Amino acid sequence: MRTLRFNGVLSEEELMELPGFPSLDVIEKGKPVAVIECAEKIPCNPCEASCSQGAITIGEDINNLPSLDAYKCTGCGLCIAACPGLAIFVVRKAYTESDALISIPYEFLPLPEAGEQVEALDREGKKICLAKVAQVRNSKKYDRTPVVSFTVPKEKCMEVRHIRLL
Amino acid sequence: METELAVIGSGPAGLSAAIEAAKFGVKVTVVDENPKPGGQLFKQIHKFFGAEKHKAGVRGIDIGNQLLQQCQDFNVDVLLNTEAWAIFDNGKALGLKRGTDKIEKLSTKKLVLATGAMENSLAFSGWTLPGVLGAGAIQTLMNLHRVLPGQRVLIVGTGNVGLIVSYQLIQAGAEVVAVIDILPKIGGWGVHASKIRRLGIPIFTSHTVKKATGNGEVKGAVIAKVGPGYKIIQETERELKVDTIGIAVGLTPMAELAWSAGCQFAHVPELGGWAPIHNERMETTLQDIYVVGDVCGIGEASTAMEEGQISGIAAAESLGYLKRGKTEELLEEKRKRLDTLRGGPFATHTKAGKGKLMKRYYKS
Repeated sequence: MRTLRFNGVLSEEELMELPGFPSLDVIEKGKPVAVIECAEKIPCNPCEASCSQGAITIGEDINNLPSLDAYKCTGCGLCIAACPGLAIFVVRKAYTESDALISIPYEFLPLPEAGEQVEALDREGKKICLAKVAQVRNSKKYDRTPVVSFTVPKEKCMEVRHIRLL
Repeated sequence: METELAVIGSGPAGLSAAIEAAKFGVKVTVVDENPKPGGQLFKQIHKFFGAEKHKAGVRGIDIGNQLLQQCQDFNVDVLLNTEAWAIFDNGKALGLKRGTDKIEKLSTKKLVLATGAMENSLAFSGWTLPGVLGAGAIQTLMNLHRVLPGQRVLIVGTGNVGLIVSYQLIQAGAEVVAVIDILPKIGGWGVHASKIRRLGIPIFTSHTVKKATGNGEVKGAVIAKVGPGYKIIQETERELKVDTIGIAVGLTPMAELAWSAGCQFAHVPELGGWAPIHNERMETTLQDIYVVGDVCGIGEASTAMEEGQISGIAAAESLGYLKRGKTEELLEEKRKRLDTLRGGPFATHTKAGKGKLMKRYYKS
């Protein structure tokens, strides 16, 4: 089912066909990798320029969708704050035996602190589990789009895309 | 007062026109009725789309500051609190009102109209109650004056403006109860819709606002589902408890000055209604008057800046500051950039609309 244009949420079907969505094999391997949830041809390419590994390609026509070379991607997360659409996340499924680490753009105050427990929300803003904040990065380069990394149970790593402070 | 190029409006289009012409030595004067320059840029706290050369990834507010710095660097005069109330002599002179009552004439050789657009309103029962605002007004209050217009907000319209303002309301600490649209699909970009859905804001398509309730101020909004012909489906009405209703149902070019000057117009729905006819150099049917940005078709700030630059280059050439060959080379580059920005499926309508306007120019 295609749902983005009707309710603003990408369906599994839509996600799977994105050229910026890493294959499930790669995610399963557990190394940190960018997940680019950009599904529409809009004129935009800062993600491509932000990637020092050359893992994101848009090409001459900036209306192209970004495609990800998951093998080149190191999961550094520079693209998270660079994306004006806030559509890029980094998922590291094998962070610990039980937990995955997810990094998201978070442009709200107050910022959470490392160690803080927060609610983990899915693409519809529904609470699906608890999360623990691992790191908050807010360097000048991010230009006021802080990147928050938090842990959630492994099996939730492809559902959780936002957090709410308790 | 005298100048070579007068620009009315100091938004992204007007400032870009002014800077580009001034780069080649043109004496430029920008007038704006507002106390601060920048147009809508200083409300745009989000990062812009585009490529690096279109200032992608930079927040609107920072682009505004960059443009003002360039105006200083190239000695562009910016007259604020200055209303342009008439155009005389096919664009060769402007009537200005400076401050509260000082009337002055500004003589010029060329004129760029960059007067922008105004928000469309929506009439429904209770729409005149305090608490019903344009989405742009909400942005002005919130992002310029740091005043939150309300605590619980309904946004009507799912274009990019409605979606972005919803996100900014959450950033500012309000609650957005819902975003609705009468159309069956979301109007704006998926990324903007997704980022407010993650925050838990519902989007209801095929919904309309029937009335605002409350006595003396908004206390609620009755919304309902619509069926074929956009007719309300009985028994789908429900009241949302809100104190603010933000209307984001599009914009209309603010083209009164171009009308009064005698520019020819065309009605192009894709561009927001009546717009002054222009050619690829942004020249209107009056050869000394150019139009750029939203006044000649609702678009993005990024496309407004490109159009502004095109008019600045064209004006510099016609004033003798640029040679023909060099001008064509520069214009070609800018047009390519515009084409890129209008190359995606979301810009198909704008592109078609612009095509119609230009076709009319060559017929006239």
